[in-house]
Formats: sequence, structure tokens, C-alpha cells
Amino acid sequence: MFDGMQRRVVSLWFPRLASNRVLRRYPLDGPFALTIKQNNANRLYCLNAEATQQGLHQGMPYSDARAFCPDLQTAPADLPQDQRFLQILRRWAMRYCPWVGLEGQDGLVLDVSGSAHIFGGEEGMLCDMRARLMRAGLSVQIGLADTRGAAWALAHHGEGVASPGEMLPALQTLPVVALRLDEKTSVALAWLGLRKIGDLAAAPRAPLTRRFGPDVLMRLDQALGQQPEEIMPLADPPHYGVRMTLPDPIGLVSDVMAGTERLLIQLCAKLKAQEMGARVLAVTLRRVDQDQQEVELRLARPLRDPHRILPLFERGLAGVDAGFGIDQLRLEATQVEALPVRQISHTLERGKDQLDDLISRLGTRIGLENIQRFLPADSHIPERSFIIAPAAYCEPQSGWASPNPRPLCLFPPEPIAASGPHPPERFRWRRMFLTTGRATGPERIAPEWWLEDDSWRSGLRDYWRVDTIQGRRLWLFYTPQNPGWFVQGEFP
Amino acid sequence: MHEVCGPGAYTYAFVLAARLGGVCMWVRGRRDLTLINPNGFTDFIAPSELIFCNTKDEIQSLAVTEEALRAGAVSLVVVSLNKPLGLTEGRRLQLAARDGKSTGLAIIPEGMGSNAAETRWRCAPVFGHGDSTLQKWELIKNKSGTLGAWHVRWDATSRRLIMVSPAGK
Repeated sequence: MFDGMQRRVVSLWFPRLASNRVLRRYPLDGPFALTIKQNNANRLYCLNAEATQQGLHQGMPYSDARAFCPDLQTAPADLPQDQRFLQILRRWAMRYCPWVGLEGQDGLVLDVSGSAHIFGGEEGMLCDMRARLMRAGLSVQIGLADTRGAAWALAHHGEGVASPGEMLPALQTLPVVALRLDEKTSVALAWLGLRKIGDLAAAPRAPLTRRFGPDVLMRLDQALGQQPEEIMPLADPPHYGVRMTLPDPIGLVSDVMAGTERLLIQLCAKLKAQEMGARVLAVTLRRVDQDQQEVELRLARPLRDPHRILPLFERGLAGVDAGFGIDQLRLEATQVEALPVRQISHTLERGKDQLDDLISRLGTRIGLENIQRFLPADSHIPERSFIIAPAAYCEPQSGWASPNPRPLCLFPPEPIAASGPHPPERFRWRRMFLTTGRATGPERIAPEWWLEDDSWRSGLRDYWRVDTIQGRRLWLFYTPQNPGWFVQGEFP
Repeated sequence: MHEVCGPGAYTYAFVLAARLGGVCMWVRGRRDLTLINPNGFTDFIAPSELIFCNTKDEIQSLAVTEEALRAGAVSLVVVSLNKPLGLTEGRRLQLAARDGKSTGLAIIPEGMGSNAAETRWRCAPVFGHGDSTLQKWELIKNKSGTLGAWHVRWDATSRRLIMVSPAGK
């Protein structure tokens, strides 16, 4: 990377990352451990220093640990949260150099070539790191060397600094496990008498490769700097938030709207650069008395056009209590979706935009999930032959086909007094006396046995379409397994 | 803004939606148990042309109706009401419909019309031999014309309303 400049790599290892993270939030005295469920057994996952002093170790069954140390306090481990914490540490480490990568589950690797002098040389930088991490309540082991492998070895097996160009003298006395070899290989090497890295470096190479494959010597070469190894810096995830702090508090709706407009223009430029569209936006208004109010806007479609979004905020912002005034506005797109740039089409889609805006606006009033549309479903049960889905989160689908005519409206089955498998001559429904004029049917529909449904407990249904002399055209069904007649729908 | 009552009100609403074309919005209370069945109205409009809103109460229904009418993005807004519409609400909906150039239709219980409505219809299905969609539509209030009654039937293939002369007694 930097030709002609000595590369220097710092490896940070956080041996108690998970428990440190939990204890930072809820400080405790005495032995503490995080447990994790593995193969149906609760095991210790990460311990603090007191717990290690009591003789507990990682991977120990939890029940054994309780027997050894009755006053052990535990909490369940949360691995995703640990990873998030490590990402935060990675961002923090960018203060030392721009080139920071992750090292496994609990470490960071920093390429500090050419940036150490800013912190007063390597010694000064390591002291600074150690002091800051200690203040944050994290235990850390630091290794500094020319290569990533050597820095890792020093961090994990006795901390230390290898002076430039002298990897072997620094690593010589470390065990071979420090070369990031797996357990099996290092045990096999120990049987051969190769316990230290120095022994391995002095051993003839060809027989080693023949016996263990190229991996062992590759790791050795990487540690000693004879083979290159890259550090992969990770990009920060894009952040869609902008804010504005005002010298004097404001209180009028028009002023807040004007501020929001300025922020929206900034945010939409950011969204446009990334080809994204906002789906959920939140404006946080901070008042002079430090009280905060949030106005959320959920959109029916990803958008990044400030002139279309702004009017949708009007209703939410008008309901804010400004108190003694608002002095900070913060706008964040909390949920974004990809919105690629599109060719302007020759077909006019203005109506669709208008409809989407209408859905967004109604969504601020009654909630987006209450605006729904029908989607076809594959079922012959009349109530299940369609799905009701929020209109903002699905596209209209075609594919409506029913072989038999279906009623215009459905209601929960209403029993009527009748008997026998044929439709009754006259019956009473909703306080009306009806006479059958014509009956068409039956159409037998069997319940879907693979789905539990209480209303279909009564078994098969024979559906009849009954045209009454009085005019109403009803959808009746008879349940032959539990004799009874019901009205379920009405035809146009 | 128009009103319709009687047992054939749903059919009337769908015939109107089919005639106007475009997207139709159906506003209904959350406690309304009667559900329109998309497989049943494919003869009138495509189910993808219909969007419905579930509202908490009547006031919300009216607010949603007004907003949808004013936006002009939908051609027909159908709202089912349980209480008669007051003069103020009726007038507001009327103005909103005029601004948005869209049509509003309130499905009301029998005898609960409001004075603000442009027209009011009473629709009831009629038993007919060999014909399944025969209906009697009565115009019982009209602000700008005369009243009348018609026997109509819906032709599913041509999607057209067909006027039928009433059967002789």
C-alpha cells in the first residue's frame, strides 16, 4: 500500500467484550458471566475478571459454574448486540487512522502507518488507546507490529510491540497457536517438538508443507511479513439525517414548515445521490425547555421529492405544541428503500402519483395499515379466496377468476329455521318473511382440513343461490353433517 | 354528493363505479360486519381498482371522505353511514366534491337522508324470470330535476346498464 514506508499494524483484542458491554450499563460487583445456549445446554460465554479468578472458564456448563461459585451472577448473551457494539468501537477507532477493519468477533485491526506521530509516536498512541478504553470500562490487549499476523499474535499472547523490521525476535518465544492455526494443527506440531514460533521458523519448510499443507507456512510468512495480508476497511452505512439549530426559538407553523423545507431539500439531495427514497420520515423538534416532540410521516411509496413530501407534513406539524419556542429541528429518514432513477415515460402516470399522495395523507389520519386493497388468493373457501393487504405495501394484482358466481357481499353466517337438504319454501331472515322463487344449486364446498377454522367446524357445505319472490337474492348453505341452514351472502 | 338506500344500495354503488371508471375508494367503519367480496364484483369493476379505508368512527369516515373527494385522485368515494348527515357536514362534502371534481355516494339507512344531498335513490332487487340482476331504482329526491322510477338490469359482458320496461301486472 505505502511503498517506501514501513507498514505498522495495531491489533486490538477485547477478551471480555460481551461482559464488559453489559457491565458498562449495569455495573456489578463480584463474579459475573454471560451465558449462551449451545446444544441444549447453558454454558458460560464471557466472564469478568472476578469470575475467572474463582476458577471458572469459558464454555463451562452453567450448572457446574453455579456449584463452584454460588454467588455468580449471570445474564443471557446477546450476540447481535455485541457485534453492534464492535461496530461502534470500529467507528471510534477511526480517530487513530482511516484504515480500520474487524478482526473476528472480538477484535479490531488498525493500519496506523504514518499516523502514529500525531499522537506522539507509537508509545504515546498505545498509551492513549489504553487509557481511553480503560476509562470506557473495556479490557483490551494490544499488539503492534509490521504485519497483521504478528500484531494478532502479540495481542493474543502477551502484549507487546515488535520494533520495525524485527518480527522474528518478537515472536520467537510465542506458542505456535499465535499464528492463527487451528487446534488440531498446533497439537500435531507440538508432537513434532515444534512448540514455539522460533522452532517452526527454523524447521525445514518442504517436509512441513508436505505434512500439513500450505496453510501453516502461509500463516508464518504472513506473520513475518514475507507474504502480504490485507486489512479490509468497512464503509460506514449511509446516514440519512440532517439537523438545524436556530439562534432564536421559533413558534409559528409557517416558520417550522420553512425550516423543515430546508432540511428536506438537503435530505432529498442525499437520497438522490444514493438513489434511495424515504418511506418513513421523522421530524424531531427540540424546544427551548429541552423537551422533544417527534412527528412521524409514513409514505405510501418511497419518495425523494421535497415538494411532494412537504405538504404531507403539514398536518403533523400543526399539532405540535411549541411551548416557549423550538430551537432545533432534526429530520431523519428512518426507513429508506431503493428508488432507482427512472426514464420519464410517455404514458402519463400523474394519476398514480396523486393517488399515492392521497393514501399518504389519509395514512397520517387513520394509519397506513387501515387503507387496504384486495389481492387474489388461491382457495375455494369464499372467505379465504382473497387477501386484504395494506395498499401502501403491495401492488395491485390481477388473476381474479371464480368458476361460479359469487355474492356481492358476505357476512358471518346467520342461521335460519329450516330442515332437509333442499332449500325451504318459505323462511324468515332478518325479520322478513321470504318465499323462494327459484333455487340454483347445490355447489358443494369442502372445508380445508389443513387449516384450523372454527367457522368450518360444521363440515361440508352445500351452497344454494335462492331468488326470493320478494326480490332479495341470497346465498344459503346447508351443512349435511350437522343439519342446519344459514345465510351467508347476497347477490346483486 | 349523492345518497342511496335500500337493499340494492351496494349494487348501485358498483354500477356507478363501473360507469365512472378510475379508482374507487370505499370508506367503511371498522365494526361493519358486511364485507364486499371481490370475487362477487368482478362483473362490475376490477378488484384492483378498489381501495377501502377502515375508520374508527363516523367522524373519521367523514374526514376521510372529504379529503378523498377534495384530492380528485379517485373518481368515486363510497361511504357507509349509520346516522343522518348534518347540514354542515353535508355542505362540506358537497364543496369538497365540487373542488375535486369527483363523485361521493353515501349508503344510508332507509329514511335518513340529509338535505344537502344532490339526489337520493332507493334501490331494491326485483324477482324476475330468467334474469338475475333485475332491480328497481327509484329516484326519491332530486335537487335539479324530477323524480322517477326505473327497472334496470346489469349486463356483465358489455358492462352496461340496461333499462327494462316493468313487467305487466
